[in-house]
Amino acid sequence: MEGTTVLTAQTAPAAERRTGASALSRGRRLYDTGLRSLLWLSAGLTCALLLALIGYILWRGVPQLSWEFLSTAESVRRGTLGILPALANTLYVVVVTLAIALPLGVGAAVYLTEYAEHHRLVEGIEFASETLSGIPSILYALVGYLAFCKTLGLGYSLLAASMTLAMMNLPTIIRTTQESLKTVPQSYREGALGLGSGKWHMIRTVVLPGSIDGIVTGCILAVGRIVGESAVLLYVGGMGGSMNHFFASPDKFIHSSGATLTVQLYVFAKERAMMDPAFAVAVVLLVLTFGINLAAKAAGKRLRQK
Amino acid sequence: MQLLFFLCGFVAVAFVLVITGYLVLSGLPAIRQVGLFRFLLGTTWDSANQTNPQYGILPFILTSIYGTAGAILIGVPVGFMTAMFLAKAAPPRLAALVRPAVDLLAGIPSVVYGMVGMVVLLPAIRNLFHLPAGDTLLAAILVLAVMILPSIISVSETALRAVPREYEEASLALGATEMETYFRVTAPAAKSGITAAVVLGVGRAIGEAMAIMMVAGNAANLPGLLKSVKFLTTAVASEMSYAADGSLQKMALFSIGLVLFLFIMMINVLLNWVLKREKE
Repeated sequence: MEGTTVLTAQTAPAAERRTGASALSRGRRLYDTGLRSLLWLSAGLTCALLLALIGYILWRGVPQLSWEFLSTAESVRRGTLGILPALANTLYVVVVTLAIALPLGVGAAVYLTEYAEHHRLVEGIEFASETLSGIPSILYALVGYLAFCKTLGLGYSLLAASMTLAMMNLPTIIRTTQESLKTVPQSYREGALGLGSGKWHMIRTVVLPGSIDGIVTGCILAVGRIVGESAVLLYVGGMGGSMNHFFASPDKFIHSSGATLTVQLYVFAKERAMMDPAFAVAVVLLVLTFGINLAAKAAGKRLRQK
Repeated sequence: MQLLFFLCGFVAVAFVLVITGYLVLSGLPAIRQVGLFRFLLGTTWDSANQTNPQYGILPFILTSIYGTAGAILIGVPVGFMTAMFLAKAAPPRLAALVRPAVDLLAGIPSVVYGMVGMVVLLPAIRNLFHLPAGDTLLAAILVLAVMILPSIISVSETALRAVPREYEEASLALGATEMETYFRVTAPAAKSGITAAVVLGVGRAIGEAMAIMMVAGNAANLPGLLKSVKFLTTAVASEMSYAADGSLQKMALFSIGLVLFLFIMMINVLLNWVLKREKE
């Protein structure tokens, strides 16, 4: 008898602690369980959405993929489809956009963290950069069309699209570069200056090499946005499906237009109602997105380890 | 050298000025020609009419507002709950699995969302409501809700994580359950960050063009959940490629762009204000 009472006296608090609920009123217990299940439900919904999306695209798209589809241009004569031009145009746009945006973005970040002295000026530039990152792509498309296609006379061309995308991606590169410039210890700078280096020499040999990870991260994020962008590329870059002139003769650099992967997908799905090749392009885009995400994560991890 | 770097820095400012300049200069002529009130409050858009074209963009403005509100109404609760799950309730290992999934969701190109919406949502809506076509505001709202989810999740998660641990410990020590603590202590403390997430979501939703162009039907109706509609963005996008240069139709598209720009700038100012308040 005595033994059992001792036993219950010892186990009861433990059980109470485990459920944590015996002291709670029924309403509070309901609140707790209800909200907890809502949390799991929402997170589950988000994940289910992603899985369903990816699963469906793979299921519809992978059977449509073939080496021929990836490695040839569309041929009306042979009646075959191909996205080689779209792949090549995507590469072109990524390279040209980064070639424009990278120097400008890194330069701006260097100015903001190393040179700028006027508080007002820094605030102004940062505000401008935030504004740029909030403007939707369709407005960039409008301005790109007006400024580059019309005013500069480039017409629908990938160069005009790249210039527009450079405007669009400038804030990303400025922000990530700035963040990583700030991680370079002040003592490095002082050491270099103390040894008699000039400011520019110090930036070139000490600060920039130390922040290369952030610059790379910025580039990868920008590549992701460029690959996923569609409005600018459609309305400024054009939607031709044949092989870009640029790849035939590089002197046509300026006026070559063409569809990138996203535009190609849009043309297949919306303009030509050809869903099967559209899903195949979607698979290619998903693979690219996934790769870019992994690369960004790896670069970000290296940045944090420092 | 300093001058060169200064010029790089100034480029961002120059870009903003160029964008504003172009949108204002090319947007005003059509507004002046149509008349500000008839342009903003006119309920008919019939730009293709040869004899008597109508340029009223009220349907687009209302559609953009309704569509964004709908997407926020669906996206914010789910996004906020998922963020709370990731920041507080999830076992660390599970959170480490879910977080990359959210990032991936953010990286998927918008045309892919539009395409899946076309293939999956449109037939479903058509059958469910017995409509001749599934291209509706409802479809656009659902696509937008999914698209704004990742940014809402990641911004609110950051905000929830930034709440000092002591707040929660104090609440737990006073006998509140975990959920009571998270929802009545942590969430209010992260209020401005979560507001920022919502405002960011509004900006994303109001600016999205290509994905909803594929599912919204693109008829210039006044908004209704089961009607084919045009947003401010899709009104520009859908006529951009065939409007003749220099025509009133094309100039009116630039004016729509200007209106959209003003909306976005208001949202940006609001976002900046919220973020600044959070810093303080």
